[in-house]
Amino acid sequence: MRNTKLPPELQAAWDEIDRYARDFGLDYFPISFEVLDYRTLYEIAAFDGFPTRYPHWRFGMAFDQLIKGHTYGLSIIYEMVINNNPSYAYLLEGNELTTQKMVMAHVAGHVDFFKNNFWFSHTNRHMLDTMANHAVRIQKLIDRYGYDTVEDFIDTCLSLENLIDYHAPYIRRPEAQTEVPVTQDEDAAELRVEGLRVERPYMSPYINPPEFLEEQRRRLEEEQRRSQRFPEHPQKDVLLFLLNYAPLERWQHTVLEIIRDEAYYFAPQAMTKILNEGWASFWHSEIMTKRAARASEIIDFAEHHSSVVATSPQRLNPYKLGLELLRDIEERWNKGKFGKEYEECDDVVAKRNWDRQLGLGRQKIFEVRRFHNDITFIDEFLTPEFALEQKLFTFRYNRDTDLYEIASREFEEIKRQLLFRLTNFGQPFIYVEDGNYANRGELYLRHRHEGVDLRIDYARDTLRNLFKIWKRPVHLETVVDERKKLLTFDGRDYSERRIE
Amino acid sequence: MANRVERDLNRFRQIVRGKIKQDLRKYMSQGEMIGRQGRRYVSIPLPQIDIPQFRFGQKQGSGVGQGDGDVGDPIAQGNGQDGSGEAGDQAGQHVIEVDVTLEELAQILGEELQLPNIEPRGKKNIIAEKDRYTGIAKVGPDSLRHFKRSYREALKRQIATGEYDPDNPVIIPIRDDIRYRSWKTTLLPESNAVIIYAMDVSGSMGTEQKELVRITAFWIETWLRSQYKSIDIRYIVHDAAAKEVDQQTFYHLREGGGTKISSAYKLALRLIEERYPPDDWNIYCFHFSDGDNWGGGDTRECVELLRTHLLPKVNLFCYGQVRSLYGSGRFAHDLEEYLGHVDNLVISEIADREDIYDTIKDFLGKGK
Repeated sequence: MRNTKLPPELQAAWDEIDRYARDFGLDYFPISFEVLDYRTLYEIAAFDGFPTRYPHWRFGMAFDQLIKGHTYGLSIIYEMVINNNPSYAYLLEGNELTTQKMVMAHVAGHVDFFKNNFWFSHTNRHMLDTMANHAVRIQKLIDRYGYDTVEDFIDTCLSLENLIDYHAPYIRRPEAQTEVPVTQDEDAAELRVEGLRVERPYMSPYINPPEFLEEQRRRLEEEQRRSQRFPEHPQKDVLLFLLNYAPLERWQHTVLEIIRDEAYYFAPQAMTKILNEGWASFWHSEIMTKRAARASEIIDFAEHHSSVVATSPQRLNPYKLGLELLRDIEERWNKGKFGKEYEECDDVVAKRNWDRQLGLGRQKIFEVRRFHNDITFIDEFLTPEFALEQKLFTFRYNRDTDLYEIASREFEEIKRQLLFRLTNFGQPFIYVEDGNYANRGELYLRHRHEGVDLRIDYARDTLRNLFKIWKRPVHLETVVDERKKLLTFDGRDYSERRIE
Repeated sequence: MANRVERDLNRFRQIVRGKIKQDLRKYMSQGEMIGRQGRRYVSIPLPQIDIPQFRFGQKQGSGVGQGDGDVGDPIAQGNGQDGSGEAGDQAGQHVIEVDVTLEELAQILGEELQLPNIEPRGKKNIIAEKDRYTGIAKVGPDSLRHFKRSYREALKRQIATGEYDPDNPVIIPIRDDIRYRSWKTTLLPESNAVIIYAMDVSGSMGTEQKELVRITAFWIETWLRSQYKSIDIRYIVHDAAAKEVDQQTFYHLREGGGTKISSAYKLALRLIEERYPPDDWNIYCFHFSDGDNWGGGDTRECVELLRTHLLPKVNLFCYGQVRSLYGSGRFAHDLEEYLGHVDNLVISEIADREDIYDTIKDFLGKGK
């Protein structure tokens, strides 16, 4: 175990910030801080914050890019924190004390969020150990089957890692576990509809009118048709489906399971990026400006803070958006700027000066922190006034000029675009429709098209990877240039054909 | 921990190398490489190293931003193709660029084209290659285990942790204590070389022909630099007369008039005699033209110059005949006929970019 003792001045700073944060009502797991030089910090960052991961080249690639980013001054990591109990947070050695204090306050916000936000409630709080276990298990497989073989299979799994059901941990979906055998008894009993039991034959037309019998027959047929479907309902957790039904060797099963576990662990972080960063930024400002920063530190703090929440037209900064939206909510609930009466008020001036002195702001943002993810957060709290004040706009790419240009400042448009980008994290919705397509054990996936086409070259390579796992032809139904298409990889050739 | 990311980093670099090798022919035909050349490395765009997933295409590229401006105002430059995604709230789908050092690139080139290492001429020109066991590492094969150092580490550890008992001095090294000898291969190139490029800049040599020359030259230099300690480069252009120019002029000058190749050969010879005595220098001449030489016996004169003066003085004389709009002349054919048997003369035809790969192999494949 590494030495995790903080230097005395940082320990003193943390003791102080810890006190303020708890006074403000933050409630977090114990936090273990560690000061690292930038190289080590980037090493851990390359492993997504975990000191131990299984061997894989992409961590090396991430490290290479982080170091390059640092060398060219493009990106600097100040802090990193992992969702675990206790939580681990890393500070960059050599930062000024003011910066370290701000980072500590920021980290307290994150850990409070990890602990209390609903979307994190199912995450593994011993992920540090789990990751280390994964590393050991994969290392064993490597020893046994060879580095190249295992690496190649990890690549294959990673290619599918986004095909999980982000909501699965929160909803029971029994169909996810259906154990319907792939092959059905072909000679299923003939359909026989008898209707209700009739004592006297002459009563039959009355008790079982033809329409009723017809209806019964139809229902039965439907039922049987459905029971032959496999899976019974389209299944979004493609990885789980593969784990259950793909002809995997035991070690491959292990690898795929590990990749899926890790994907689910990281999913809530992606689902709550804006809110989580906003929350942490809210608290570092609050704690620093109201309590922790000395007069001599204010300038340094302000400078640093402004770089965190800096905006540029090309990038929506999640720290900034989250922070401003939380502040907006706090103000609105403090002043009572919500509810039917406020919404229906037509007087612009009255609306602007609205203040019912409710003081519910703090309570409200804690509630937001508990229940929301980015989508519900934006959906519920983004207002036209806010969009105007924050100068939000949508942009689009203009092929003729090769420029990105401002497309609209309409609220509805902005909100729609934002939500679209956030839905499923801007990942396409893909479902397993049929695991026994054409009654030949082929895999049929469907992309629920929502206006944006897939990137076809990637889709093609992903299908190849799916085939490696399913070992039978794989199909993906999608829409290309407004035409419904079926992309197929049959193990040798890739093909595309129009359907319907 | 350092070892762990080092391990993944090395693996990543190995994969990158493999990708470059695989696509070397493609890379070699792209002039783009030259523009990406830094002082000691080339940055190579490698889109394929990404892990494919079902993702959205970027061509509808749109999103939400923040700031001043009216509808229609530009906010960012696209990059003219799919996959830019610089703007917006989405992480862009980056084309990954990897920096490869020129030495490494040369190594890849050498391996892939199976280029023999050059054997410089003359006794002063020795490349010494030496494996020296100079270092100590924490990882290595068991056969290189350094017992003394491992013991010392174990001793240090046991003393530090208070486990060491002077009355019963048993030292048991654990995994962390083990040290290995490590070695370093050192190349000690001692020799110097000069490259003399000559190019026909008469009217029939167009932009594309010059680009072919430029790309070919890039690869020649990448390789030769890996073989010599330092390299001088001289540029000669000629039409009916020859002159020495700088690099910029060399690639951009365009003259009218006829072609007298012998003028360039004479100038090259003068350069060698005045500045690069063959006893001290390894000399490489590369001449590019479309092969359309002036009549009146100039080709005969060229052959004579090569046979009696140039070829005996140089390591290698390469003639690259690029195809121009007016077709290719007979010069390559004539050289082949009169001097085809000479060991250090290489003749190669470059019809288009695809041929660069083979030309480089022709030129440098002799190990001269």
